[in-house]
Amino acid sequence: MSKITYRDALNQAMCEEMTRDESVFLMGEEVAEYNGAYKISQGMLEKFGPKRVIDTPITELGFAGLGVGAAMAGLRPIIEFMTWNFAMLAIDQIVNAAAKMKYMSAGQYSVPMVFRGAGGSAARVGAQHSQSLEGWLANVPGLKVVMPSNPADAKGLLKSAIRDNDTVIFIENEINYCDVGEVPDDEYLIPLGKADVKRSGSDVTLVAHSRMTGFALAAAEELAKQGIEAEVIDPRTIKPLDEATILASVAKTNRAVVVEEGWRFAGIGAEISARIMEKGFDDLDAPVARVTGKDVPMAYAANLERMTLPSVGEIVEAARVVCNRA
Amino acid sequence: MSAKQTKSAKSAVGLSHEGRDYSAETLTAMHDSMLFIRRFEEKAGQLYGLKKIGGFCHLCNGQEAICVGVEHASEPSDYFMTGYRDHGHVLARGADPTAVMAELLGRAGGIVNGKGGSMHMFDAKLNFAGGNGIVGEQVPIGLGFGFASKYRDDGRVSICFMGDGAINQGAVYESFNMASLWKLPVVFVIENNQYAMGTSLDRASAETHLFKRGISFKVPGMQLDGMDVLEVERRMGEALAHARSGEGPIIVEAITYRYRGHSMSDPATYRSRAEVDEWRSGRDPIARLQAQMLDAGLASEDDFKQKDRDIKKQVNAIAKAAEAQPEPDAEQMWADVYSDPIEGAYPYPGKVG
Repeated sequence: MSKITYRDALNQAMCEEMTRDESVFLMGEEVAEYNGAYKISQGMLEKFGPKRVIDTPITELGFAGLGVGAAMAGLRPIIEFMTWNFAMLAIDQIVNAAAKMKYMSAGQYSVPMVFRGAGGSAARVGAQHSQSLEGWLANVPGLKVVMPSNPADAKGLLKSAIRDNDTVIFIENEINYCDVGEVPDDEYLIPLGKADVKRSGSDVTLVAHSRMTGFALAAAEELAKQGIEAEVIDPRTIKPLDEATILASVAKTNRAVVVEEGWRFAGIGAEISARIMEKGFDDLDAPVARVTGKDVPMAYAANLERMTLPSVGEIVEAARVVCNRA
Repeated sequence: MSAKQTKSAKSAVGLSHEGRDYSAETLTAMHDSMLFIRRFEEKAGQLYGLKKIGGFCHLCNGQEAICVGVEHASEPSDYFMTGYRDHGHVLARGADPTAVMAELLGRAGGIVNGKGGSMHMFDAKLNFAGGNGIVGEQVPIGLGFGFASKYRDDGRVSICFMGDGAINQGAVYESFNMASLWKLPVVFVIENNQYAMGTSLDRASAETHLFKRGISFKVPGMQLDGMDVLEVERRMGEALAHARSGEGPIIVEAITYRYRGHSMSDPATYRSRAEVDEWRSGRDPIARLQAQMLDAGLASEDDFKQKDRDIKKQVNAIAKAAEAQPEPDAEQMWADVYSDPIEGAYPYPGKVG
């Protein structure tokens, strides 16, 4: 094992896959000569040359569609959005082309590509640069949605995403880019659609993805001090969702809190709690609680930003409520 | 027979036109293909009227010279992609017309198993990469096929059709820019039929010479008579040679006219009967080629009449065969959402159990 950053893990995943497969290329704004707006593609231009690491104009819809066409023609594009906020300009190609091409063509064409970049809230950048849009994307049949919470998962999942034969939405978290974690030295893949139990516990299940996994783990530490043992599950892949791992945990703890950074209305937590209700109702000793971002655009002021996002304290409180310890 | 006839050797000269020789076989193939598309579309319109074809149905009557001329100028390995007025393109490319008709009828043997309908024809084995229902959707996709050709240096050209309506979409200019910046082998074919649904070109476009729309991106453009199949074939050949040579993209604006409304539900009250008649009787691409062939002594009026009877009979048989097919199996609903379904994970059936 080596200790590396989330950023380096993503870089390693892309470099390994581009070395393995000539048809993989990286395209996006500032990915080549600038070495990436967030330095995810540091050194890749030097390693692979301008044919395979390509700077684009600021033209998200155009290069997203370019990726779709190139994938239909048999290449394996990695299209980087500097952040997912800017991908809204490209949503037509993601939803109307990438997601549906296989179905509309009755399997004649596939779109094996990765759209990746930073999602979620950054720090003090305001409403247009701080949002979680995985709920929109996961709603669309034909897309897979992956959101790693630590360096080891980031690397193993990105490698699987690049090899996947469908369109994968890979949402990183800008605040996690500098996180350091242990990553296996030998090559490994993490399959899409497999959740990971990040902490075992018997009293309550906390389901949280991306940056919120860390919040849930911190909440679990606090809860342990209060005599509540929380099990923390990171779905890692939002779609396909590994409901079996979540349901097995709820069958053990009988209580669940779903945590997400995104908006509450029709969010990921709504889907997960509905699945628990549909398939794990008899296991529940209390209604499922949701801790979510507040249903408002993100403000700039530090206190408002803090209040808008879920907090460790809110997760602790929700867990205490479902455990009848409030 | 299908809309596309085998391209013949051009040794036996049948007609010399603008410095280019066409064999009798080539001319006959072009004629038959255009006439087949015309009669096919008429049949589709009829079946739509009988409510056997549902949804949207955009016919290309009047525009046949473009798809047929482009097909004759291109290589089988070149890629085609287009918008929703796609029946003529896929037929010209050589797709099985029964499968195209079955698709319009939503049948199991449709070209995409009844899952696409009028606007979404695909035929991967013919490098026909789709009809698209979002105006301009195919333009960045065509750019991507061109990128793949350059990446693999395989000499293939991406032929990306769009209408005069699509030309005002931002994605088109994003694509012109990148295609030119990276010298990608793409021919952007603008079928200018002068109306974007009910809005005439001059009501929608500040610059109505659409071949000039690439100037800011250094994309050269040419304008041609889209009602003349020989001109389309000849000039499209030049455009393809330009794109294939590595010089980058080129715009081909083909001036044309659709005889029918935008879709089957459009009575086309925004244009005069006289205008439609002027194009139909004065500039029809099929009549024009017939006149050229008659002049050259390559066919007689009776030959054309007989051919028309044969094609009509053939189209009727195709429609009958397509109608006789069953609707798609229920399993088709779940098929082709993902390549590698994960047991129990998706598609999520929307029910408990």
